[in-house]
Amino acid sequence: MDNAKRLVLSSAPHLRGGASIKRDMYIVILALLFPTAGAVYFFGLYVLPMLATAILCAILTEYVAKWMRRQSFHMDGSAIITGILFVLVMPPRTPLWIVVVGSIFCIAIAKEAFGGLGHNIFNPALAGRAFITVSFAGALTRWIAPVHSLLADGITAATPLGEGFTTTLSDVELYKALFFGNVAGSAGETSALLILIGGVILLAFGLIKWQVPVFYIGTVALLSFLLGQDPLFQILAGGLMLGAVFMATDYVTSPLTTRGKIIFAVGAGVLVVLIRTWGSMPEGVCYSILLMNAFTPLIDRYVRPKPYGYVKSRNKEAAS
Amino acid sequence: MNTRVVELLGLKCPAGVHPPSQKLAAGHAIERAPLPKSVALPLQQHIGAPAKAIVKRGDEVKVGQKIAEADGFVSVPIHATLSGTVKHLATVASPVTGHPVSGVIIESDGKDEWIELTPADSETLSKEDILTRVKDAGIVGMGGATFPTHVKLSPPPEKSIKSIIVNGAECEPYITADDRLMLEETDRILRGLKTVMQVLSVKRAYIAIEENKPEAIARMRQGVAEGSLPGEVEVVAVPAKYPMGAEKTLVKSILNTEVPEGGLPMDVGTLIQNVATLAAVYDAVALGKPLVERVVTVTGLVGTPKNLLVRFGTAASSLIEQCGGADPSADEVIFGGPMMGIAQSRDDTPILKGTNCVLVKRSDIREEYSCIRCGRCIESCPMGLMPLQFVNLVKKEDYESLANYHIADCVECGACAYDCPANIPIVSYIKTGKAELRKAGVR
Repeated sequence: MDNAKRLVLSSAPHLRGGASIKRDMYIVILALLFPTAGAVYFFGLYVLPMLATAILCAILTEYVAKWMRRQSFHMDGSAIITGILFVLVMPPRTPLWIVVVGSIFCIAIAKEAFGGLGHNIFNPALAGRAFITVSFAGALTRWIAPVHSLLADGITAATPLGEGFTTTLSDVELYKALFFGNVAGSAGETSALLILIGGVILLAFGLIKWQVPVFYIGTVALLSFLLGQDPLFQILAGGLMLGAVFMATDYVTSPLTTRGKIIFAVGAGVLVVLIRTWGSMPEGVCYSILLMNAFTPLIDRYVRPKPYGYVKSRNKEAAS
Repeated sequence: MNTRVVELLGLKCPAGVHPPSQKLAAGHAIERAPLPKSVALPLQQHIGAPAKAIVKRGDEVKVGQKIAEADGFVSVPIHATLSGTVKHLATVASPVTGHPVSGVIIESDGKDEWIELTPADSETLSKEDILTRVKDAGIVGMGGATFPTHVKLSPPPEKSIKSIIVNGAECEPYITADDRLMLEETDRILRGLKTVMQVLSVKRAYIAIEENKPEAIARMRQGVAEGSLPGEVEVVAVPAKYPMGAEKTLVKSILNTEVPEGGLPMDVGTLIQNVATLAAVYDAVALGKPLVERVVTVTGLVGTPKNLLVRFGTAASSLIEQCGGADPSADEVIFGGPMMGIAQSRDDTPILKGTNCVLVKRSDIREEYSCIRCGRCIESCPMGLMPLQFVNLVKKEDYESLANYHIADCVECGACAYDCPANIPIVSYIKTGKAELRKAGVR
């Protein structure tokens, strides 16, 4: 190295850690593989074209949006996550054209219109589901029971939280079915077990805080118990597990600090019980998270960490 | 217990990050660097007023001879670090700011003749005499901050100092200068500590060393047990977590208290001294020897990383040569550690009083993405701040709001940027924000 060679002048720190957006996103995808595999196992191979359609549409939409906004497109994996999550929250026999419309909405309206990754206020996959619910109400009324063969069409059945849900199972058998995922529901929401495996992966890599699922699910359990409902059933049925592990923990749309995240989780838990008990819909996880997404900027404004040196020193004698 | 284990168990732990330690030169004993043919000595190697040159072109000087006089209280003199001739007074690039500053170039006569030193018995000297000797020796904080030591040792009378914290944390990756000094010059450090305790009439001292330096901890404990220090001195193994060596982090770790906002450690009755500074205090007070050299870790992409005893004003390039030269792929020379060090535009920049490390590395400039609000920067911030908000506000040019997020408390340690998955140069944004606030006169 001689003086003729120009030295690079970068600003400190000159050392960077191993964290990268791409790495985070691919870990989330890895964690999502478990409930996704469950979706295929319980509801058949039809889930695969749904996934392919959603992921492809999500990526293409992002590419076009970036091109229109004259920004560079990065294959950071976030569009893949949105595509997968969108399928996991939809009924397992959703027509592909609805998957196309929904996943385009997720990316174009819920994400890119707000400025792209990091700027969106609402969780894109849930916003997509909400959009489909109000636009094509019929699409979200047909649910099927878990299939016995991967190529089976599926027999219409009610979801555990839906009207007209009856079961011949004993309590213990019903809990077991709910825990393993052998019930009707959205493609990826039924198996608590597979979702929890994904959650453990996210926790192990430090991508989510345990406080979010614990306070979210805990609030639902406590409130439903106080209202005389079966807390275990309320936790395992519907999309609570999937929402608590993969959606309420979304970096972009949830508060920054751990205290803020707890407020978010408790608020979402309260909303779930309110909607399930008194709302016109059987399920409230999607709207509970979307509503709390809207409160996130407010929570971040008021819930901040305590800066160093802002309390009177408690331990004066230590210095003496 | 090891910091990593504590964290895995989810127990309370200081904020910060774990960059790989890369202490490549840890096993190399301090070596004296050959005297350079010439030295370039900027007249500002400290925080405060630049020194005023008192030599002119053609003057003969000896090692340790004052060539520039302190200009005011918050200033220190500069001494010749070679014997020879003042070649000229010139402007040299400051390794700290990159701006030209006035300096003195001395050409060596190869004899290394010293001025006559006047040793003294430090125990019989008055406080004033000790402080005068410290100032005359040109001593500044050698951990990198370069604040004049005699000023630090003269706290206003209303601040009662009850303890000294000796900073041997050396939390920056790569740097091993203080580690080697603690191993090899234990006695000088402890004698310097004794003098400082004497000046401040302090009966309690803590020697803070990161737990990843067990040998230094053992050696210093042994030294404390053998020595006759005036009061209770405890060697504390602090968690190895960057930025443990930052003053306020140390105060929290050692005294379990926080320096009030905008304050100094003396506001909680303590004062922090780097180990190399203490060794220099001993040299100055007991031996009458001015500060003309220091240990510099030369490391990174060099043949053999080493700890060199270097005269100030020596060009970094000659040190790199001495360590077997730089790897051809290297394109960055950093003065200081990789977390807070300053990139140099030339490799012949002179070593100064605050230069503890010359790090040769390959640049790692990454594309910046949008913040994904992961919150890692908040968790790693040792000052409890929200670094991403500084970035947002600076991007929006909303400088007034920066103060609401306590930007002034940021110590620019870089833990946030180290951990950022979006590669946002957070510290650069913060520096911009601080500069804009200064411009606007907002405090």
